[in-house]
Amino acid sequence: MKLRLTDEEKEMLEGKHGRATKKAMDLIVNLGEIYGAERLIPISSVQIAGVSYHNLGEAGLEYLADMAVDGKVRVITTLNPAGMDLEEWKKHGIDEDFAENQQRVVDAFARMGVITTCTCTPYLIGNLPHFGEHIAWAESSAVCFANSVIGALTNREGGPSALAAALTGRTAEYGFHLQENRNAQIKYKVDAKLHSTEDFGLLGYVIGERTRKSIPYITGIPHATTEELKSFCASVATYGGVAVFHMEQITPNRTTVPEETEIVTREDIDTAREALDDENAGIDFISIGCPHASINEIAKIAEMLEGKEISADKTVWITTARPTKDLAKKMGYYDVIEKSGAFLVSDACCAVAPLKGRFKGLMTDSAKACFYARGKNNFKTEIRTIEECIREATS
Amino acid sequence: MKGRKIFGGKVQGEVLATHDDISFYGGCDPETGVIVEKGHELEGQSIAGKILVFPTGKGSTVGSYVLYSLSKAGKAPLAIINKSTDPIVAVGCIISDIPAIDQIDVSQLETGLKIEVDADNGVISII
Repeated sequence: MKLRLTDEEKEMLEGKHGRATKKAMDLIVNLGEIYGAERLIPISSVQIAGVSYHNLGEAGLEYLADMAVDGKVRVITTLNPAGMDLEEWKKHGIDEDFAENQQRVVDAFARMGVITTCTCTPYLIGNLPHFGEHIAWAESSAVCFANSVIGALTNREGGPSALAAALTGRTAEYGFHLQENRNAQIKYKVDAKLHSTEDFGLLGYVIGERTRKSIPYITGIPHATTEELKSFCASVATYGGVAVFHMEQITPNRTTVPEETEIVTREDIDTAREALDDENAGIDFISIGCPHASINEIAKIAEMLEGKEISADKTVWITTARPTKDLAKKMGYYDVIEKSGAFLVSDACCAVAPLKGRFKGLMTDSAKACFYARGKNNFKTEIRTIEECIREATS
Repeated sequence: MKGRKIFGGKVQGEVLATHDDISFYGGCDPETGVIVEKGHELEGQSIAGKILVFPTGKGSTVGSYVLYSLSKAGKAPLAIINKSTDPIVAVGCIISDIPAIDQIDVSQLETGLKIEVDADNGVISII
């Protein structure tokens, strides 16, 4: 065996730290051997995917409950979105059976000491690694953000492997934990002015579709907000499986710069929009907050909705993390949004909630949300700016 | 044929092969083992009890739990053989005790072929 373990790691593998830790270490050692790691490394933060009962099913829940018998996390660990707002689910039309099962999932994580935040943007609410820190995150958009925008180092973990990292405080050193696997492979020059989260989502679609897991080096973007970058990360990860990218003057990682250059034009962005726009979409659902909305986005949405009313034939979900919702309540944004007839939904999102059959057409500013709305829920989609989404909702 | 062990075990059975990558999450019914992805080469066919041969996994990280659900429902594949196993499928095999091998020229394994998979040694033999 090439993989060397420390004494403590051997003890975990032998079961001296409990059964869940043994199972977790077993999984990590297995992965390390498969992917040629020479050692395990300590990680300091975990983000777990596979939280919605809709995705896990009863078998997935049994797996978690089994690990929760004696498993305890060793580092800060947060959760991906669940299938519902854990407090206000009833008024969003979630049925009681689902709610009960979803709560059982969250309770199992809580027994293991996981912070049950349920958000895809842990970096906005207190699970924020720094440059060069090794972490084990699932959730493709957050992986992309952590690797690229922050400069932390993580592979694209799955639900069970992220949990295993949390229970052992270790991951196997392979893939994106090694500097040599993080260099750019192809250069994209963006020859278009981008204005909003939806534009950056469309850019993610264009580059994701072209680059297919290879690492992009992107030039030609003079400025991007955190919200625009989170939109880009979600999209480029969804459509291209991209786990790390470099953006000149914006992202912090060192890299060699590839010679081969492709141009992205305004026309490419418009073609991407056409690809995500269905004809006769019959919009009856508007959702903003994929990835979860920041307090800054919620403030702007509240301003747009002030004194307006959502039209009777439309449902609006603004999705966010619970701490952000609590802050929105304190600031008065929640009252403005809810008074208009829109919902400020925390803990959940339109991609993982059980919404199939409830709506026909989704309008959103998120290219990623379009993918899951089509694939999982059979909704038709239209991608627009946040302003246009709100205008549609109130017209 | 010799490849790399992903997860150990020794089984004999019949090959179900596809040229298409598989996304277990969304692409395979976790209760029946039937491939449901529109336009997939195996659409409508069950992977339960077969030695499933495909190039590599794709799609969401929740895929590992789908393999686990299949295993709990008794509908998991007997073994998995890939050109290259991605971590999502690897984790699914490990937590569900499904023998698996990769680094195999999967084009040589056709549907209906009876084979033995000795995953501990990474060896596949035709019987």
